[in-house]
Amino acid sequence: MNDMEIDLKRFQDTFFEEAAEHLETIESGLLRLEETGDELELLNTIFRAAHSIKGAAGSFGFNELGSLTHALENVLDQLRSGRRASDPALTQLLLGASDTLGEVVAATKKGEAAGIPIAGLVHELEASVNSAAAPAAVAAVVATAAAPLAGQVLQITFEPEREFFRQGQDLFLLFDEIAQVGEIVESRCHREALPDLEALDPEASYLGWEIRVRTKRSARDVRDIFLFVEGACRLEIVAEAVAAAAAVAGATKTAAAAPAPERRANADRRVESSSIRVPTEKVDGLINLVGELVISQAMVNQSLAEQSLSAALEEALSAVQRTTRELQEQVMAIRMLPIGTVFQRFPRLVHDLGVKLGKRVRLDIEGADTELDKGVIEQLGDPLTHLIRNSVDHGIEDPEQRRDVGKREEGVVTLRAFHEGGNVIIEVTDDGKGLDRARIRDKAIAQGLMRSDQALNDEDVYGLIFAPGFSTATVVSDVSGRGVGMDVVKRNVESLNGAITVSSTPGNGSRFRIRLPLTLAILDGLSVQLGREVFIVPLLSIRQSVRPAAEDVRNVLGGRGEVFLLRGEQLPLVRLSRLFSIAGAVEDPTKGIVVVTETDGHRLGLLVDDVLGQQQVVVKSIERNYRKIEAVMGATILGDGRVAFIMDVAELQRIASRRKTRDVTAGREVPAEHDVPVPAQEEKS
Amino acid sequence: MSHQHLDGRGESTEATSQYLTFALGHEEYGIDILRVQEIKGFSAVTPIPNSPAYVKGVMNLRGTVVPIFDLRLKFGMDPQAYDRFTVIVVVNVGARIVGLVVDAVLDVLDIENASIEPAPDLGASIDTSVLQGIARNQDRLISLLAIDQVVGTDHITTIAA
Repeated sequence: MNDMEIDLKRFQDTFFEEAAEHLETIESGLLRLEETGDELELLNTIFRAAHSIKGAAGSFGFNELGSLTHALENVLDQLRSGRRASDPALTQLLLGASDTLGEVVAATKKGEAAGIPIAGLVHELEASVNSAAAPAAVAAVVATAAAPLAGQVLQITFEPEREFFRQGQDLFLLFDEIAQVGEIVESRCHREALPDLEALDPEASYLGWEIRVRTKRSARDVRDIFLFVEGACRLEIVAEAVAAAAAVAGATKTAAAAPAPERRANADRRVESSSIRVPTEKVDGLINLVGELVISQAMVNQSLAEQSLSAALEEALSAVQRTTRELQEQVMAIRMLPIGTVFQRFPRLVHDLGVKLGKRVRLDIEGADTELDKGVIEQLGDPLTHLIRNSVDHGIEDPEQRRDVGKREEGVVTLRAFHEGGNVIIEVTDDGKGLDRARIRDKAIAQGLMRSDQALNDEDVYGLIFAPGFSTATVVSDVSGRGVGMDVVKRNVESLNGAITVSSTPGNGSRFRIRLPLTLAILDGLSVQLGREVFIVPLLSIRQSVRPAAEDVRNVLGGRGEVFLLRGEQLPLVRLSRLFSIAGAVEDPTKGIVVVTETDGHRLGLLVDDVLGQQQVVVKSIERNYRKIEAVMGATILGDGRVAFIMDVAELQRIASRRKTRDVTAGREVPAEHDVPVPAQEEKS
Repeated sequence: MSHQHLDGRGESTEATSQYLTFALGHEEYGIDILRVQEIKGFSAVTPIPNSPAYVKGVMNLRGTVVPIFDLRLKFGMDPQAYDRFTVIVVVNVGARIVGLVVDAVLDVLDIENASIEPAPDLGASIDTSVLQGIARNQDRLISLLAIDQVVGTDHITTIAA
């Protein structure tokens, strides 16, 4: 008994997960309807999603959900049968219904569904169905007149499995639904499998049916009735003419003769069922274990390196190494998801914002299948929401304004994702009025973010919008413009080891560009020696490594700062051993190596003792058990089992830029940023 | 580690708690045993740049990066070279895992809650909040540590973003 309760709970959990997906399907489908017109395939998809929720809600006894989805389904059914056409008002009603549906699902999960008033909405949906039914009825009559023989006879062969009833299925519901799709011409019950009374298990299912039904619906529609029992029965639905032809051909298996679209539908379903749902913690646990395996494997290799091994053992070791690497890659790939999973919420956002602001805005999405670490994707929702709100609210003009300047009334916001090198780039572009350089400047001066005599280039001025508390919106709306947002966006992106930049052309719109690493969990690093310690520098930010000549390192301001000359370009030189207070490191730069890094267009020279090699490292959190360490973004575990810190080059850059503050280790003043001549950017060599 | 007091954990009532005791110099300290995750020999740690002296660094505990604190230095005692008796007591502080370097692990004791006396007032200059209380075991005096206070207050705080 108890087991059954647990099982039911598990099924319900699955239901709620699936319901969330169906809701997304419904919403994104409804939004796409506006573009595609009433495309049948899309309507069918939406209908099936609603139907799935309804069916499962029915079997769990979630009545509120059931009646709401039923009402929704009726409207959708009118649409897909062509009895009515969608219009903006109807779309809005349906979107509203899908929202409420979401609320009811959430409330049902908490067991509070009764608290949400749905009667009004159900009524509204029903009224909508009835108002459309009147003219539709006329259309139906016309259609019948034009094609008096409309409709076909479908032959349904339905044999439930033995376990059918134990899964809580109800035959009568199915039969009722079949009766509703058309006229039942004939039905036969197969009792061959029925055992003797002594052997009969009263809870098992032994019967099968053959039903011929005359209907205007397609075989596929009729198949939908069986959506929830499909896994628990043998089902064949064949149009009569085809069946007859097959019979003539002597085929005994009618399934083989099923029309092609039917078979494709089956194939689709099989693809779906070949994926499994796994909690994220399990995947993360797996990733951790594999990470440890990689380390242990490296340790084994290291400790065997000095010994002479038999050829067989040597071979086995390298096989282990290869498999371990592959295993790691595969496991990491589990965490990769298409970025579309976060993009799909934005069409709705743009739609609603447009309605609210009285603007006409379209959202174009490109590269939704670009894959990115799940952890990164999860944290992208908020910053992207901010950027898109910002584009619609501040970027896109009112339709009248757009007309006046000769643009199309409908503004376009483009959300685009693609790979570039080891990074993923996400761009939010709008074709609106662009950033107002003068206003940003005035505001920045008023807020003390820059001096009025400071000459900044466009990029730097636009960059000011990411400063905390900065907002140029003249009216504080509830959409955006409270002066929080862009700085939060920047912080969010940086916490993902990414960077954000903005470019803009007055009158033509602006583009926000986010650069992100593929994954947070591993990175390619260069291991460097400092005294007896090993540090990792992320390879992405390294431009080159050079052994400096004596004349390449110059003191400025009486030794308070140092610059490194790279082919005439002056880079601030950071002695990492001093920054990290490491004893026994190389003091004479000509005996060490300068690693040249670049972040956001700023270059830096890092003095290290030696460069040990390049390796892929698993990033471990330090904050989890300790706290943030300055200029360190995480730690990793080396082949010998020791912990090594991974440098945060962006933060090193910031530290180097605000050297006005005391150099902790040297205990003396170092020059402020504007005292060190920051060289003009040079094309990467 | 023999103890007549330990009549089996199952029978220990709520009136008594078990403590792991360890030595720092000539003093004996105790930690609530439920907070102790494991005891490890001292192995190489990676020093953390620009951290207080008592933060010895971080070590790899089966794939997790765990900070190691030297309790002698934390309590302002003289440093002592690590030897083969030096151990790291790995404890849970909230959701965090930290390692404490102690001179040697001594015993596991059942201590009656009623017999724990509050830490005496040692004057304003000495912070006794790190002590849960003091227990007497025959002629031994055991300072019971409030472990959350020891490592939870000053240097394991998260930096407000």
